[in-house]
Amino acid sequence: MGTRGFGFGMADANITVDGKKITAPAGSLLIDACKNAGIEIPSFCYYPNLSLQGACRMCVVRVDAPKMPKLQTACTTTISDGMVVTTDSEEVKQSRKAVVEILLGNHPLDCPVCDAGGQCELQDMTFTYGASESRYVEPKNHKQEQQWSPVVFFDSPRCILCYRCVRVCNEAMDVAALGVENRGVSSLIVPNGGDHLDCEECGMCIDICPVGALTSGSYRYKTRPWEMNHVSTICTHCGDGCKTTLGVRSSEAGMEILRGDNRDKSGINDDFLCIKGRYAFDFANREDRLRQPLVRKNGVLTAVTWEEAVTAVGDKFAEVKQSGGVFGVIGSPRSTNEEAYLLQKFARSTLGTNNIDHQRTADFPAFVSALAGKPEMAGSMRDAYMVPAILLLGGDATDEHPLLAYQVRNNVRLHSAKLYVVNSQEIKLKRQAAEFAQIPAGTESGVAAFLAGDDSAVAAIATAITSADAWRALRETLRSAQNLLIAFSSDLQGDGIANIAKFAGSVSGAKVICLADYANSRGVADMGLYPDLLPGYASAAKAGLDLAGMSAAAQQGKLGALLVVGANPVYDLGFAADSLNNTFVVVQDMFLTETAAIADVVLPSASAYETSGTFTNTSGDLQLVKKAGDLHGTKPDFEIIVRIASAMGVDVSTLVPLGAGTTADMGQSRGAQSGEADRSAVYLQKQGLEARVSPFDAAALFDEIQRLVPGYDVSRMNLMAGNDVRTTTAGKAAALPASRGESLRPAHDTLFSSGSLGRYSRVLNSVAENRDSKLVEVAAD
Amino acid sequence: MRFSDAFEARFTEMLTHYPTKRSVLVPTLLFAQDEVGYVSEDVIAELATRLELTTLDVRNVMSYYSMLVTKPRGKYNVQVCTNIACTLKGGDELLSHCAKRLGIGHKGTTADGQFSLEEVECIGACSWAPAIQVNYDFHENLDVPKMDAVLDGYAKK
Ligand code: SF4
Ligand code: SF4
Ligand code: SF4
Ligand code: FES
Ligand code: FES
Repeated sequence: MGTRGFGFGMADANITVDGKKITAPAGSLLIDACKNAGIEIPSFCYYPNLSLQGACRMCVVRVDAPKMPKLQTACTTTISDGMVVTTDSEEVKQSRKAVVEILLGNHPLDCPVCDAGGQCELQDMTFTYGASESRYVEPKNHKQEQQWSPVVFFDSPRCILCYRCVRVCNEAMDVAALGVENRGVSSLIVPNGGDHLDCEECGMCIDICPVGALTSGSYRYKTRPWEMNHVSTICTHCGDGCKTTLGVRSSEAGMEILRGDNRDKSGINDDFLCIKGRYAFDFANREDRLRQPLVRKNGVLTAVTWEEAVTAVGDKFAEVKQSGGVFGVIGSPRSTNEEAYLLQKFARSTLGTNNIDHQRTADFPAFVSALAGKPEMAGSMRDAYMVPAILLLGGDATDEHPLLAYQVRNNVRLHSAKLYVVNSQEIKLKRQAAEFAQIPAGTESGVAAFLAGDDSAVAAIATAITSADAWRALRETLRSAQNLLIAFSSDLQGDGIANIAKFAGSVSGAKVICLADYANSRGVADMGLYPDLLPGYASAAKAGLDLAGMSAAAQQGKLGALLVVGANPVYDLGFAADSLNNTFVVVQDMFLTETAAIADVVLPSASAYETSGTFTNTSGDLQLVKKAGDLHGTKPDFEIIVRIASAMGVDVSTLVPLGAGTTADMGQSRGAQSGEADRSAVYLQKQGLEARVSPFDAAALFDEIQRLVPGYDVSRMNLMAGNDVRTTTAGKAAALPASRGESLRPAHDTLFSSGSLGRYSRVLNSVAENRDSKLVEVAAD
Repeated sequence: MRFSDAFEARFTEMLTHYPTKRSVLVPTLLFAQDEVGYVSEDVIAELATRLELTTLDVRNVMSYYSMLVTKPRGKYNVQVCTNIACTLKGGDELLSHCAKRLGIGHKGTTADGQFSLEEVECIGACSWAPAIQVNYDFHENLDVPKMDAVLDGYAKK
């Protein structure tokens, strides 16, 4: 089970299906071999990469008549040379018809109201293979629908007992929260808590259910599949970069997101999404989203037009600049690459400051400098599913990097990868580990030093569970591993990262992933949201103020203006609210955050799901962020920044290259940023692309990013087609000051929190509350 | 939780018979039920821990078998076969007679906890139909008076 593999290295078998000769690796499943040859065999219980069930009998075919007396299930039959198969005979058709008829026997047929209606495998099979009449005339056995958790609902009469949900939860998720009670016709899918679920709430079971038996709290009875637009974009929560298809519908507010899934299995994540990707899009639908700009008048934030608000910002910024005041700019690790690049360009060229920073959750500068000249050592999210050996150092991937955990878990299950877990806690992935080494809390960098060859470091990391000898043995094992992938948490910084890279350099084919917390943490670092680093980690001529520096400047009354884009410094970045009394504060945000509440101007921005651009996940995979719709009254941060610059009297084509290059200035005469449009036009022409005509077109800036940011010269065709493409660490700053000293603020997310965004998701809050109240119940017993 | 020494000895021995621990679940559930009278929550939790399973796993397996019960039943569990051979020879009458005499129905238990009654499928004693089984003992070729004698016998025990 499980390790059916891909038939690597197996001899081919020649078989005949419906008179057609087909060839496939001996030992492949008949159902797969047929599918690859374009012959469809209907199935319910079969699901690729899950254990075989053979429960539904929908896939029966005639094999090697007359030797085999009965029809065989194609989903459990492995092929062998010379096999003769019939899939289209009268007998097979009758059998399929009978299966559908029996399934429909007690099926409620509430298709008109069922969530699955229109995309139900039972509907489709009935249409294609079923009979139009039923011989079943007894009353149907009805049961009430049950709610098992804030996320999962179960309607048992609709269940066709394919056990996909049980297997996906057990095998792919390793949660095992679903089971089957009783037997035969009275079999029932049951949750582990008796009447409720105690699980990771990922919704995998719901999406894998071929019918509408399992439904989700957020989607049930809200709409029909054909009433939505389906837009595939990237999850805005953690740093792993799952692709998700949003189901959106127009609403009075402009748009409403109803669903997130990845049923088409495109992207890095196959059909995986955690609760955040699948359900926590709900923050975007909140009633309290800001939808009108606010300007403080007589001490009160007052709704005004965009024109008025942007002019107020432009005028004040121009004034501060003129009078030589100090600017501060805070970006967000959830911004797109284009927004981050534009923000730093605006700060540096328009405001004339290097005082720009963001919430950093990993030491990427140290990472790229450790990998300088060795770009092939950067691991990808796909590697985590394919490589034969993995070392996880620190953190709890199940909570903080759900996709990475999924990739690793299923790599172990399906490809027998060897997993080594080094952690101070017995994290869940220990269950998949070939070896688990426990270290005292906070000694991750000691592990890196020891692995890199510092034998004296072993004293600090040895424990009762993992002795010094065991450590030496483990180091040897890791050294001899092939294509080892190392993923480390933010516990490693600076020297720790240099050490782990040094160790990786000594292991043949080893790759490294540096784990950060937010959807575009890696991207905004690459784009230079640092006071001392420009895009591509090039050192700035003169370092500006970082978060702490800006906060101190504000404290001393020396910060003239602060532009905050998608961050909440008063709430979570250590800014005292009253320190900003003498600062002109402009906030671009979705909500009236603690910082927005004390701002002078608040500009309502679009969420990542209402924005176009690109994200770079924590392992450097670049993906397209596609706008699913517009929320009335908001604007993407990109557009807002361009409008502010314009209000300051800046020629916006110096910020965002647009137009066909008619001025032919080529930038020789007026500073670094001028002539950008011309250079862009030359570039676009060479690429066979058209000139951009709008200053609000983020793609125009992506052209520039591709030209100027090392490692981003990816295949645009691939990217635009919706694939993940690899950025590289190539060409980046070779040697950064070793003692740069990063001050990281990791989010320490659980499955049910999402950094600064989680508090706005009802679904995450209700799951968290639900679990808390259960803990209290248990404690009170 | 504590089981008898005999149970423990049998459990330890059984583990050696199978390649995986979970394989001993079914017989162990039965032995535990024989000892405790039913499969209690404690039994479920204990076996789950011993065999490295979730309690959900144990429940799933258990609910497959009608011989395993989660509530206490009478000291003597009277199982009356009403499958084809027994029915032809009067199994139904035996069942309704028992129900009347004991004052309980299918899966019921008398107030004094002495008897419970169950209608079961073929118990493999068709040649001597109608047949019943009380706990692990068979009583065959019954009619109503013989049935009464059987029940009297248990009541006196
Ligand atoms: S939501 Fe996820 S963890 Fe919970 S039962 Fe379904 S598959 Fe299992
Ligand atoms: S609930 Fe859905 S996935 Fe689970 S067994 Fe029933 S039909 Fe299959
Ligand atoms: S694993 Fe990360 S990227 Fe994927 S759905 Fe969850 S939060 Fe989103
Ligand atoms: S698909 Fe083969 S038995 Fe269900
Ligand atoms: S029918 Fe009653 S024992 Fe077989």
